Amino acid sequence: MTARAGDGAQSRAAGTGVRATAARLALMALPLAFFGLFFAYPVAAIVGRGFDTDAGWEPGRIGEVLGRPDIAGVLWFTTWQALASTALTLVIALPGAYVFARFDFPGKQLLRAVVTVPFVLPTVVVGSAFLALVGRGGLLDELWGVRLDTSVWAILLAHVFFNYAVVVRTVGGLWAQLDPRQEEAARVLGASRFGAWRRVTLPALGPAVAAAALMVFLFTFSSFGVVQILGGPAYATLEVEVYRQTAQLLDLPTAAVLTMVQFAAVGLILAVHAATVRRRETALRLVDPALTARRVHGAGQRALLGGVLLTVAVLIVLPLGVLVERSFDTPAGYGAAYYRALQDEGAGGGTFLVPPLEAIGNSLEYALAATGIALVVGGLAAAALTRRAGPLVRGFDALLMLPLGVSAVTVGFGFLITLDEPPLDLRTSWILVPLAQALVGVPFVVRTMLPVLRAVDGRLREAAAVLGASPLRAWREVDLPLVRRALLVAAGFAFAVSLGEFGATVFIARPDRPTLPVAVARLLGRAGELNYGQAMALSTILMGVCAVSLLVLERLRPERSSGEF
Amino acid sequence: MSTTKKLAGTALAVALGVGTLAACGDGDAKGKDGAVSGTPKTKQVTLVTHDSFASTPAVLKAFEKETGYTVKVLKSGDAGTALNQEILTKGSPRGDVFFGVDNTLLSRALDNGLFTPYEAKGLAEVPEQYRLDKAEHRVTPVDSGDICVNYDKKYFADKKLAPPQTLDDLAKPAYKDLLVVENAATSSPGLGFLLATVGKYGDQGWEEYWGKLKANGVEVVDGWEQAYNERFSGSAGGKKAKGDRPLVVSYASSPPVEVLYAEPQPKDAPTGVATGTCFRQTEFAGLLKGAKNEAGGKALLDFMIGKKFQEDMPLTMFVNPVVKGAALPELFTRHGVVVAKPETVAPDRIAKNREQWVKAWTALVLK
Repeated sequence: MTARAGDGAQSRAAGTGVRATAARLALMALPLAFFGLFFAYPVAAIVGRGFDTDAGWEPGRIGEVLGRPDIAGVLWFTTWQALASTALTLVIALPGAYVFARFDFPGKQLLRAVVTVPFVLPTVVVGSAFLALVGRGGLLDELWGVRLDTSVWAILLAHVFFNYAVVVRTVGGLWAQLDPRQEEAARVLGASRFGAWRRVTLPALGPAVAAAALMVFLFTFSSFGVVQILGGPAYATLEVEVYRQTAQLLDLPTAAVLTMVQFAAVGLILAVHAATVRRRETALRLVDPALTARRVHGAGQRALLGGVLLTVAVLIVLPLGVLVERSFDTPAGYGAAYYRALQDEGAGGGTFLVPPLEAIGNSLEYALAATGIALVVGGLAAAALTRRAGPLVRGFDALLMLPLGVSAVTVGFGFLITLDEPPLDLRTSWILVPLAQALVGVPFVVRTMLPVLRAVDGRLREAAAVLGASPLRAWREVDLPLVRRALLVAAGFAFAVSLGEFGATVFIARPDRPTLPVAVARLLGRAGELNYGQAMALSTILMGVCAVSLLVLERLRPERSSGEF
Repeated sequence: MSTTKKLAGTALAVALGVGTLAACGDGDAKGKDGAVSGTPKTKQVTLVTHDSFASTPAVLKAFEKETGYTVKVLKSGDAGTALNQEILTKGSPRGDVFFGVDNTLLSRALDNGLFTPYEAKGLAEVPEQYRLDKAEHRVTPVDSGDICVNYDKKYFADKKLAPPQTLDDLAKPAYKDLLVVENAATSSPGLGFLLATVGKYGDQGWEEYWGKLKANGVEVVDGWEQAYNERFSGSAGGKKAKGDRPLVVSYASSPPVEVLYAEPQPKDAPTGVATGTCFRQTEFAGLLKGAKNEAGGKALLDFMIGKKFQEDMPLTMFVNPVVKGAALPELFTRHGVVVAKPETVAPDRIAKNREQWVKAWTALVLK
C-alpha cells in the first residue's frame, strides 16, 4: 500500500495543519465526553472510594494487599494462564488462519461465521456446554477416559474456544491479502520452501500475529466467566477476584488495589499492542484475497484442511451442538416443547413477569441502541484517529480499548455511585444497559473502521471537487461507497457483541426487561427440568441470532480490509 | 481535513438511523414499566431486590388495585450483590423498598443503617421466631426457607444404601465422594450450610467436622447452578450433564420444584431432603432511607406480609410463608418436607464471626 491519506497531509501548509488539529479535537469531543462520563468517572469514583477509608487516603495499602499470599497467587495464576492460553490459541488457530486465508472450500463463509460465534456468546451459556467436551461423560471421557473439568486444561481449552476467531480473523485476514507471488519469486531465486516462507511471509505476518496474540492475551488475562464456571473456587484471575471482593465481600480497598494492578497491566498490553499495530501498517503489498485463495490439491493440503476442519468440529461445533441438542432433548423424546414453553407467561414461575420469549425483543432493542451509540462514538473516534498523529492521539486510541480489560463489576458499581444526581440520574434508566454494552462495542467499531478510513485516498475527493462536485456530493459519491461496508461490518460486530454482553448488564439494576443472557442465567438459577430446558432453548436462540448477524457480516466483508476482527 | 468531517457525518447518519430504530422499540417499553412521564411519581413504588425475586403478575396487579400504586421491580444481581449495591447507594437509594436480605447478611444491612423503621400492618400474624429486629422494626420478615442436603433417590435405591439424614452421616465412609457443596465465600446456600455446621458443632467443632468432610471427598464448586445443574445426579440438568454426585447442598423446596417443572409431573419427587442437615434462612424487606415514595413503600411492606403475596411465594420463589395461616400449595404439602429442627445461629453471632468463619473455611477446605 503506497498511497495513504496521511502522506498527502504531511505536504500541506502549516495553516491547514492547525485547522486539522482543531477539527480532530472537535471530532474527539464526543467520544472523550462519552468515555469520561461513562467509564473514567465511574471507575475512578469506585477506586477512589476504596482508597478513601475512614483513616484518610491510604495509598500504602497497595503494598500491603499485594503482599498477601492469596493475592500474589491470583496475580501469578492470572499471568501464567494468560500466557499459556495465548500460546495454545496460536498453536491451534494459526493453521486455521492459513487454511481460511489460502484455501477455497465449500462452506467457508459459513464456517468463518461459526468459529466467531463463541467470541460473541456470553460465557455463562457456553461454559456449561464446554463441559460436555471436557467434563464427565464428555467426548474426551468417552473416547479416552480423559476428564479435564476440574483441571486448568479446561480453562486453557475454553480460552482457545473463545479466541480462535481472533487469530483466524486478524492473522488470516492479512494472510489472505499477501501476494503469494512474492514467496514464489523468492523460491525462483533459489530459496527453499521454508526459507522463502521465513524470509518473505513471516516478516509480513509477524506484526499481525503479535497483534492477535496481544488481543488474546488481553482477553484471557481479564477472563471472568470461563474461570468462574470451569475453574471452580480453586482458581481465580484478577477479574474474578475483583468481582468477589466488590460484589460479594464489599471489600472496596482490596478491590481498588486489584483494579489498579489490572489497569496497569492492561495499559501495558495496549501500549505494546498499539506499537505492533503501527508497525503492521507499514507498507505491505496487499492484493484481493479472492485472488490468493486456491482450491485444495495434493495429499498434504487435504490433510491440513482436514485437520483444521476436525479441530473446528471438535473444539467449537461440538460444544455449540451440545447446547442445541439439549434444547430439543425433552423427556418425551426430541421435540420443541421447551421452545413452546418460552411463549408462556407463567414460564419460570413468575421470575420474569413476561413470557421469556420477550427477552429476545428486549435484547434486540438494547443491542440496536448500543450499536447506535457505539457507531456514533466509535465512528467519530475513528475519524479523529484517521490521520497519523502524535502520542496524545495514540493514547486516545488505547483509552478506547481500556473497557475491554476492566471488570464489568467495577464499571457497574461505579455507575451506581456516580450517576445518581439529576440530570444524570440514570441508575434505573433503561439507557444504562446500552451504554454499558456500547463501552464494549466501541473498540470493535474503531478497530474495524480505522484501517478502511486510513486507506481512503484523499485525491479521489479532490478529483471530484475539481470536476465540480459539491462537498456533500463528493462525500456521497466518494466516501460513502468506500466506507459503507466497513461501517456495516462495524455495526454488525458491535451488535453481536452487545447481544452477548453479560457482565455489566447483570450489575445494572433495570426494570424487569431481561436480555437473553440474563434470562438464560436466571432460568439456570432455578431447579427443574423445564427451566433447564428453556435455558438451553434460549441459548440456542441467542446463538442463532449471533450466527445470523455474523453470517450477514461475512457477506459484507470489505474486500480489502486489514481490520482486526 | 474535510475528509474526517464527512466520514464522521457518515457514521453519525447511520448511527442516528439505528438509534431511531432503537428508540422506537423503547417507546413501548416505557409504557410497560408504567413510567409514563406526566404521571406523578408517587403513584409508583419501586422494589429493589435480587434476581431470584419472582411473583405472579396477577398478585402485583392486585396490589395496584388495592392501593393505586404500581410496582416497578428492579433486580440487581444475587442476594449479596444486591445488598452491597444498596449499601453503596445508601442515602440516595434507587427505590423505596429493598427485599432479599437474609439472616446471614442482616447485620451488614442494619449496621449500615439502610432502613427506616416501620411496623408493617399484620406483623402480629408473624411468629416471633422470625422477627429478628422486633425491637426496632427496621426490617420485616417476609419468607423463610431451609438450606438442606438433597439426595438422588434413584442412586440410593440402586445401591441399596440408606440416604444420609444428618450432618454426622455425611462424614461416614459409606458416603465417601458423594457430596458436592457450594463455596461459602461466594454462594448463599454455601454459607448457609457452613452455618449449619457451626450451629451443630459449635466454635470449636466445626473445623474438625469439615476436616472429616474433606477427608470423605467433599467437592466444592462456586455456585448453586454448577452444584445443582451440573454435578448433582438427581436434578434434570445434572442428569443431562451426567452429574455423578448424588448429594448436594440445595433447598428443602427443591424436590417440589423438580416435580413442578417436569412434564409430565411425576408421582414422586426424584430427590429427597436430608432433614438433619438444614439451616434456616429468613428473608427480610425494609423501607429504604431516603425513599422517594415512603407511603407507597409502607403499603408494599404491608402487602408483602398479606395472605395474597404470602400464598403466592411458594410456587414462585419456592420459600415458605411466615404468616400464620397462610396456606401451602398441595405440591408443597405432598412433596415437601417439614424440617422440624433446623440449625440456627444467632444473627449477632453471625455478624461478629461471619468473615472470620469464611476465611477459616476457605483456608481449610479450598487450599
